[in-house]
Amino acid sequence: MDWNWRSIPAEYVIANVRVCRGGKLAKRRGFLHVKKGKVETVGVGEPTAEGFPTLDAGGWVCAPGLVDLHAHFREPGQEEKETIATGSRAAAAGGFTAVVTMPNTQPAIDNAGLVRYVIDRGLEAGLCRVFPTGAISTGRTGETLCEYGEMVAAGAVGFTDDGSPVAHGGLMRNALEYASMLGVPIVSHAEDRTLAGAGVMHEGYWATRLGLEGIPRAAEDACTYRDIELARATGAHLHVAHVSTRGSVELIRRAKAEGVRVTAEATPHHLTLDHSLCRSWSTMFKMNPPLREPDDVAAVAQALAEGVIDCVSTDHAPHTATEKELQFDQAPFGVVGLETALAVGITHLVREGRLDLGVLVQRMSERPAEIFHLPCGRLEEGNDADFMLFDPDEIWSVDPAALQSKSKNTAFAGQTLTGRVKATFLRGRLTWRDADGSLEK
Amino acid sequence: MILKRKDLLGLEELAAEEILGILDVAEQFRNIFDRPVRKVPIMRGRTVVNLFFEPSTRTRISFELAEKRLSADIVNFSASTSSLKKGETLRDTAENIEAMKVDMIIMRHGSPGSAAYLARVLKSSVINAGDGAHEHPTQGLLDMMTMRQRLGNLAGRNVTIIGDIAHSRVARSNIWGLTKLGAQVTVCGPPTMMPPDVRRLGVRVEYDLRRAVDGADVLNILRVQLERQARSVFPSNREYHRMFGVTEEVVRLLKPECFIMHPGPMNRDVEISSEVADGPRQVILEQVTNGVAVRMAIIYLLSGGDPGSLRGETD
Repeated sequence: MDWNWRSIPAEYVIANVRVCRGGKLAKRRGFLHVKKGKVETVGVGEPTAEGFPTLDAGGWVCAPGLVDLHAHFREPGQEEKETIATGSRAAAAGGFTAVVTMPNTQPAIDNAGLVRYVIDRGLEAGLCRVFPTGAISTGRTGETLCEYGEMVAAGAVGFTDDGSPVAHGGLMRNALEYASMLGVPIVSHAEDRTLAGAGVMHEGYWATRLGLEGIPRAAEDACTYRDIELARATGAHLHVAHVSTRGSVELIRRAKAEGVRVTAEATPHHLTLDHSLCRSWSTMFKMNPPLREPDDVAAVAQALAEGVIDCVSTDHAPHTATEKELQFDQAPFGVVGLETALAVGITHLVREGRLDLGVLVQRMSERPAEIFHLPCGRLEEGNDADFMLFDPDEIWSVDPAALQSKSKNTAFAGQTLTGRVKATFLRGRLTWRDADGSLEK
Repeated sequence: MILKRKDLLGLEELAAEEILGILDVAEQFRNIFDRPVRKVPIMRGRTVVNLFFEPSTRTRISFELAEKRLSADIVNFSASTSSLKKGETLRDTAENIEAMKVDMIIMRHGSPGSAAYLARVLKSSVINAGDGAHEHPTQGLLDMMTMRQRLGNLAGRNVTIIGDIAHSRVARSNIWGLTKLGAQVTVCGPPTMMPPDVRRLGVRVEYDLRRAVDGADVLNILRVQLERQARSVFPSNREYHRMFGVTEEVVRLLKPECFIMHPGPMNRDVEISSEVADGPRQVILEQVTNGVAVRMAIIYLLSGGDPGSLRGETD
């Protein structure tokens, strides 16, 4: 039966795909049979199911819907930057079917009602699963614990004061211990603010040259060290967000070898870009943690390949054009990332031979879902049909204006990338289709 | 043409020949200062805006004098009277000013890169009068002009810069300019005032003042920003003076012809003792005079001025 993008029925087949799961890209072509939002069959060769609308995907990769453990959807409070609806659309366009949102909204997500609010807005948008994290402390002030029990019951999948570190070691310890009872991780934004000071970029040669205040590696490493020791002492699950330094990589490597329950993520930008880009004064290279030196970038990428860093998370951080138009030292930290993450990984890690495509996909779907115990991320029979199709060879250029995110602050503007998301499906339903319509061939 | 550019943002981007060309033109302007009428009509009908987002006395006055001696029309705009307090962005402010049809904008701003930003969004020429800790090119040029008047060719000469190198735009512009002209630059101060990887800028680092001044042809002493003491960058003015202050005792270690510069304003008896500040080695007021000449040269050259035609005006 003919395939029609405009009316995809409850049961259909995607044929002629290379299935990518379990860290491996299938050598042989196969198919995916979806029935009532569930994966009916993941098969090899020609489709065995007949009589259903069938898409011939022309050899593209069929992978689990991507899972991002770190995105800022800004709602409530900063809807001029992003909303849960626009963020969800950006996620779908990037091949994501699940996003963990950060609680540094206004107000902060520090009670069950707000957790529920974020989930409801996500359901309303209906373009990806939205899993909120809650704040570690009430109002993100670093003083008292939020009501984790009630928040987890409402759907919070972890706790973090992301954007600000928890300065108080005692509070961090209690957060880890208390959250461990509930089986959810504490996400550390590892930064000693007294060391980061007024820094706006990596402390090093380029900061010296530009006269900008630097953020030393030690600001991150000292806090990573503290949090790892607290995880060791409490037996709780610590997730280290946006690792940017070779020192933190080594601390995590050692902690894992010693059996500490620590997991970690790295962003596409920390995996591929370094501080020399700041020489353009472009605030699209201003993020926290900052872009570091080439040996840090190499160490973070190596750690991802080895699994010391478990997953790629975007730290999707939308800011308005007006805010990013400010001078480097005054503009806010952060860049968007959902719509370029996969292609950046393919272009700079897979095609450079540093990571297998199967492993990259695993680090962006199965592994993040696993470490946060999310009910998604696996393309298996009987599971919800959360999947995406991408062309691993299509070359495209990043045009900020073409991004679905409400904000256009990408560090990859103008870059030519390889690998393009063609379509994304959530529970069997189409949430994104590449605008050029090339799937219809 | 000496300057084939729209803006002067820093000395980093200038070639040695451009720097020397500017200094040559500045010398010609310097000559007219000794005449009874110190004004030339070459910028008549042109409008220059002095846009100062940070307090400045001498740099602003120096630019104003330079503009007046070139017969330019001047508008002064400072942060206290600006709409920036109302939350307007730099871009909006600058575009509004440009829309009033001006030829050149001189800007001082606390943010590094702000002059480069302005230059990118505006058609007018932009002269950086100091952007945070990044660059202060006209100060670098007037320092080199002063050194060159005393030393001639700067290649192979030893220049020691003392103070808070990390937070100094004067240090950066001096380092770029001097190293391009072949001088050997030593920077001296406590490690808390040294930016990381500063050696990669081609300078020698010394933490011991006595060793840093050994063999120097010039000392360039930076102003200590006293508020940094509150952030424990250094313990006290007293200790700073003891370890890095240029005093009579330090002067006795200098080569006889070594002279002393300071970009001002001075903290007497902190980075420089009063005796030295008023002593025979200092050329601080020459720097101030040269500052006007250098700024005239820059404004003139960026306006498309031709040094050949300048002869008639300044001889």
